Amino acid sequence: MAHLGPGKAASSKEQAGLRYPSNGKTIYHRPLNRTKTAELSQSSFAYLFSEMVTYAQRRVTGIQELEKRLNLQGHPIGLKLLDLLLTREPPRSQTRPLTIIALLHFIKINLWTHLFGRQADRLEKSSDPDAPDEYMIVDNEPLVNAYISVPREMSQLNCAAFVAGIIEGVCDGAMFPARVTAHSVGGKEEGEMWPGKTVFLVKFQPEVLEREALIGKG
Amino acid sequence: MSYHFAIIGTQDNPLFEYEFGTSKQGGDGQARFSEQAHHLNQFVLHSSLDIVEEVQWTNGQLYLKVIDKFFTNYISCFITAGNVKFLLLHQPTATATAPGGGGSSTTTRSSTSVGANPTSPQTEEAIKNFFAEVYDNYVKAVMSPFYRVNMEIRSPVFRQRVAAAGRKYL
Repeated sequence: MAHLGPGKAASSKEQAGLRYPSNGKTIYHRPLNRTKTAELSQSSFAYLFSEMVTYAQRRVTGIQELEKRLNLQGHPIGLKLLDLLLTREPPRSQTRPLTIIALLHFIKINLWTHLFGRQADRLEKSSDPDAPDEYMIVDNEPLVNAYISVPREMSQLNCAAFVAGIIEGVCDGAMFPARVTAHSVGGKEEGEMWPGKTVFLVKFQPEVLEREALIGKG
Repeated sequence: MSYHFAIIGTQDNPLFEYEFGTSKQGGDGQARFSEQAHHLNQFVLHSSLDIVEEVQWTNGQLYLKVIDKFFTNYISCFITAGNVKFLLLHQPTATATAPGGGGSSTTTRSSTSVGANPTSPQTEEAIKNFFAEVYDNYVKAVMSPFYRVNMEIRSPVFRQRVAAAGRKYL
């Protein structure tokens, strides 16, 4: 309720019962820009994230459903980060992504740097001619999976579905509706360089490609 | 000069509305719309959404300037990254020159004032600053963990901040 803050005499009546912070500071009094070095503890994040996974797991019967729930937990974060990260851009480069490539670059660079302190490792377009609507964002070592060990019987599961949800939120918010899923592609044999390598498969809706073609022409 | 400001969500649903007048040149900050105009303004604002949807894909800027005109009502638009539209309807007062034609003496006198000439660079700049300040506050509203996209913004603090931005720039 911190965002409501002290109301005027007229509005205080309808908000009776709400409590305000004693110093009168609301979310509107806080700055949008944070210093570059502001980082959070990874262990506290790992602890919270493991609770989120457990919470989601208690309410599902299958792996697909679990990933769906993690995805849904990430979705609103993506919607919010889209606006936040664009306001933090310097005014000159403050433009809305109009093309798929611009959007994916924004995700690879801005979103990843904000969330994980580095860029995503690779951006690829599907080489399959039947799937021109599929793009891939590759992360060699997803931060969210750092302390997650997946049991053998659930080897299909990739908890980076949460990050996929964030990406999906960014795409949806920017009017590029898409389905985003996380897939483990790291090899299992000894000496593998990136055993936790994860591909985020972004599949755009047909109308996005249709619009993209129109913009390209005009 | 009177203003009608609205924030429109991604489903073309209104999230916030505020009417005010100019505070420049001794204005008292009160809107001077006629009785019927209140409803008409909402209608005019929403009808310009079609044009916004055309313009937004040709121009990656957040601020789209004046995009629509209905008699003496001008509509400026600002579109956020999350595809939420800020629309500002501005209506020059009757004493200001009618756009296109009109007395030259009034033109020269009032062309420097914000709003008297809705498409002048000064007005565009003033509205841009207004939108930028509202956008800052909108992002803060969005960042609240209790807010979901497309929820109505009811915070009295937000309303105060929009009013302050209006007084400062318009």
